Amino acid sequence: MTSAHQHSGSLRELAARFRADTLRIHAQAPETRVASSLSAVEIYTCLFYGGLLRHNPANPRDPARDRLIVSKGHGSISLYPILADRGFFSPEELARVCRPGTFLGGIPDPIIPGYETVNGSLGHGPGVGTGMAIALQRQGSDRRVVVVVGDGELHEGAVWEALLFAAQQKLNNLILIVDDNGRCMMDYTSHVVDLAPLPDKLRAFGWSVEEVNGHDVDALCATLRRSMECSFPGPRAVITHTIKGKGAPALEDDPLCHVRTLTPGEVEELTGGAP
Amino acid sequence: MSTPKRRMRDAFLQVIKDRMGAESDIFFLTGDFGSPVLDGVRRDFADRFLNVGIAEQNLVNVATGLALEGYRVIAYAIAPFITMRCLEQIRINLAILSQVRPMNVTLVGVGAGYSYEVSGPTHQALEDMALMRALPNIGVWSPADAATAAAMANRALDTPGVRYVRLDSHPLPDLGPAPTPQELQCGFRLSGTTGAAAALVSTGYLSHLAAGVRDELEAGGLPVLTVDMMDLAHADMTELTTVLAPCRNILTMEEGFIGCGGMDALLMLHATPRLPKAKWAHAGLQPHYHFEIGPRDALLAAQGISRSALAARMIELINR
Repeated sequence: MTSAHQHSGSLRELAARFRADTLRIHAQAPETRVASSLSAVEIYTCLFYGGLLRHNPANPRDPARDRLIVSKGHGSISLYPILADRGFFSPEELARVCRPGTFLGGIPDPIIPGYETVNGSLGHGPGVGTGMAIALQRQGSDRRVVVVVGDGELHEGAVWEALLFAAQQKLNNLILIVDDNGRCMMDYTSHVVDLAPLPDKLRAFGWSVEEVNGHDVDALCATLRRSMECSFPGPRAVITHTIKGKGAPALEDDPLCHVRTLTPGEVEELTGGAP
Repeated sequence: MSTPKRRMRDAFLQVIKDRMGAESDIFFLTGDFGSPVLDGVRRDFADRFLNVGIAEQNLVNVATGLALEGYRVIAYAIAPFITMRCLEQIRINLAILSQVRPMNVTLVGVGAGYSYEVSGPTHQALEDMALMRALPNIGVWSPADAATAAAMANRALDTPGVRYVRLDSHPLPDLGPAPTPQELQCGFRLSGTTGAAAALVSTGYLSHLAAGVRDELEAGGLPVLTVDMMDLAHADMTELTTVLAPCRNILTMEEGFIGCGGMDALLMLHATPRLPKAKWAHAGLQPHYHFEIGPRDALLAAQGISRSALAARMIELINR
């Protein structure tokens, strides 16, 4: 079991490396949702390298682990290189994403070591995480449940059923991380169904809320830790303000970037061509 | 001699309550739906009982999370809502996820078929058998009486996996003794005349009607085998076709839409090809919603599902 401070290089350097890895995976597997994955690079980096998420690559279902539910599953291709680096599976598998016979698909499933649930069909993570958190709480466990959702995902009604119920149950072991990149598939979320003021809405539902720049790893780590360790007697949310397609200007400026594919040439230019 | 009428839900829940006392890994969730026995569960086992409110999507998702952490979970609500309001949650988090992560979740729906005859189509479960049957890794259990419901409660707790248990809301007499473990394993039980040339294959409430049809036909000199189908997803169809082999005339009866993937589809796929000499007829509800108010037997009779009509249909089948 590790909380993983055992990394070489700073969190910032690690995030840059995983962002480049994500782009390279996308170059070889253009079916992957790269823009949504790039907005969450720092979230996953902080969880696995910031001492925030107890995990055990040798036994991914170790009862002593914290539970991570990646509800915005298709936006987690950036988690693949992190899981490989942590040792959940061989880094050689990263060359086979979306290829026949691999377990690393375009939308991750729980056959991948490190994933808990079926992801990508949106809006399920908060409810399943609520059930896990209730179980852990009643079993006297001090493990946490971390659920990562996208802001577009918050359009799903089932999310709000779970948010209400988690607050009712005072689940102080449940942490919701919102990758608030401002865009769903077809447009800016504010143009489709505006979630603002999201912090107020979550607070009104009984959650503690913190906001942070989701690409500032130091601030992000500190905020996540503060949220996890605070004495608030209920569930806590961290809204991470992020940029969809972060690191790829062609994506950052495109409201339709969710379905945009970068060419191998664009990826090479962004990553400097190094493998 | 008819046994006293009992509600399936009371019998099912009593078993769960009795076992919760000694087995600390049973967790009960309800979608704001109760019963007198459930009042005892929430009083005696408050640490393992939760009402998630009128929120079936969350009911299934919370059940999943509890089950992943090792609880055996009972999730309880009105039949159409616990199957259709949350169909995607069942598909994603129970059907798909249970294929790779072991869990024990039992969805209990009350209000099979026209049970709620005065509530109209919103509260009637006419598509649930077909929809649940369409999902891999989900058992579909359809008891006809309280004795069977109680036996299924024990089986649910003792068997890993996911299943939907479809309970009638009305008190009904027991069709016979509680099914044996072997009968539950096979997924059906027999009564009437083994080896008869005519068979009635039914499930749930209509198994009571089938017994009446059988009695009427046998009073007229026609031996009839009746088959009460208890498992509509994983019944032993090889064993069933062996039992049905002598039958030349088989009438199926279900309180659900006909031709839409319910029990008739199970038999047509697995039994019909193996019994080439048999003639088949299928009784069920035409795929159309009815807003007329009960009584239930009148609603069924309007669609040709009554003792006399089905007896006549069997005679017609034999003479075809």
